[in-house]
Amino acid sequence: MQIELSSRQKEARSRFRSFAEQQIAPYAGQWDNEQRVPSHIFAELREHGYLGAPVPAEFGGGGMDAITYGLLTEEIGRACSSVRSLLTVHDMVTLTVLRWAKPSLKEKFFFRMSRGELLCALALSEPNVGSDSSSVETTARHDSNHYILNGKKCWITYGQVADLFLVIAREDNGVSAFLVPGDTPGLTRRKIQVVGTRASLVAELELSECRVPKDSLLGKSGFAHLQAVAAALDFGRYSVAWGCVGIAQACLSASLDYCSKRKQFGVTINKHQLVQRKLSEMIAGTHAARLLCCRAGYARQIGDPQAISEALVAKYFASRTATRAANDAVQLHGANGLTENYPVSRFLRDAKVMEIIEGSTQIQQIAIVNSPPSEI
Amino acid sequence: MENPRQHIMAFLGRFFRCETLNGDDDIFAAGFVNSLVIVQLIGFLETTFSITIEDEDLELPNFRSVNRILALIEKKTAAKSQPNDYGKIASAVDAN
Repeated sequence: MQIELSSRQKEARSRFRSFAEQQIAPYAGQWDNEQRVPSHIFAELREHGYLGAPVPAEFGGGGMDAITYGLLTEEIGRACSSVRSLLTVHDMVTLTVLRWAKPSLKEKFFFRMSRGELLCALALSEPNVGSDSSSVETTARHDSNHYILNGKKCWITYGQVADLFLVIAREDNGVSAFLVPGDTPGLTRRKIQVVGTRASLVAELELSECRVPKDSLLGKSGFAHLQAVAAALDFGRYSVAWGCVGIAQACLSASLDYCSKRKQFGVTINKHQLVQRKLSEMIAGTHAARLLCCRAGYARQIGDPQAISEALVAKYFASRTATRAANDAVQLHGANGLTENYPVSRFLRDAKVMEIIEGSTQIQQIAIVNSPPSEI
Repeated sequence: MENPRQHIMAFLGRFFRCETLNGDDDIFAAGFVNSLVIVQLIGFLETTFSITIEDEDLELPNFRSVNRILALIEKKTAAKSQPNDYGKIASAVDAN
């Protein structure tokens, strides 16, 4: 058994890190305060091929293998979780459309989606529906050659700016998925303020008699939980897991740096054993989370159906690791950690989001017990 | 593929004890098979048996027992060996 990145993957990681350190990290605090990632960053991501990166090249995407994509997500997530969350939601919708949309729908949108020219968002959560996604209250009714959608969606990451939404709605025979353009008459959006991943342009959507063509339906009517929703959330969990490794690594780097400079009792605080304990736990946790993500990525690459279970475990572990690392990072920074002079309080707010999105920690626990990965 | 039944039993064995499971037993009845397991089962069938589960195959009875799953595999494999429209056109072109 060998666990090592290829030289191509290592080179890619260097490129991603350099981009994130130069174009994103220096401004992440400012964007967090302003509660918006500026649009020129969308253009930068597009130009670098970072939107649609995991879409196979023959379909117009970046053709990144699962682990290289994970490294991209980690490096962007290390710099700014809000920017990372754009990669997650855009790619989860794009890949779901590639897998489940009808050819006529793909012809209309897919090429521009895979190049990031159209930004995508997932519209699943609702005011009354979070973990129990099979109970969505948004409705879709069939009307000759159209579907008509009505309802409310909330916590939609990048909902303020997305060009296309993957909307999950209820039909008489079950839950279905629809691709809905953002400029559809009857669709309105309202900004929502959140305390974590604050710059990710979160919105509430209202769909009022939104009429979309019949071919907007993805997969089979009433079967979204076995098709579109399952595919989107599986990819989302994988992407978020790597993003969590990025947060944990950011916490570790910030803490190592701070603890090597801050002096108390005549020595830098990294000489104190209780500080070393926190740092060592951060190092081991980050390392373990990254290895789980690599394992989940490998399973995806070889087409192993267990990739779903591996991603569940990776997301569960990595999100808890990120929260613990961020909590410890703030503690190690003392009062400084509570100011905006250091990024660690942002890391803590962002990390907590990770334990809630794409299935809360508690939902992951239920899913892992019901669907555990096999032994290696 | 040798002994597809054994492959299916090994897959299901990840989720619940199925040493005593008979071919016609309802695998949903025990309550261990949720949507996540079905999604993985579909992925497993597609990868292991080189078939594509289409929209029209997505009926729960197709996955209710080991024998029903085997019947679905057989149906999909047989359909695969039949030339589709594209195959017929290609054959006609070759014949000319």
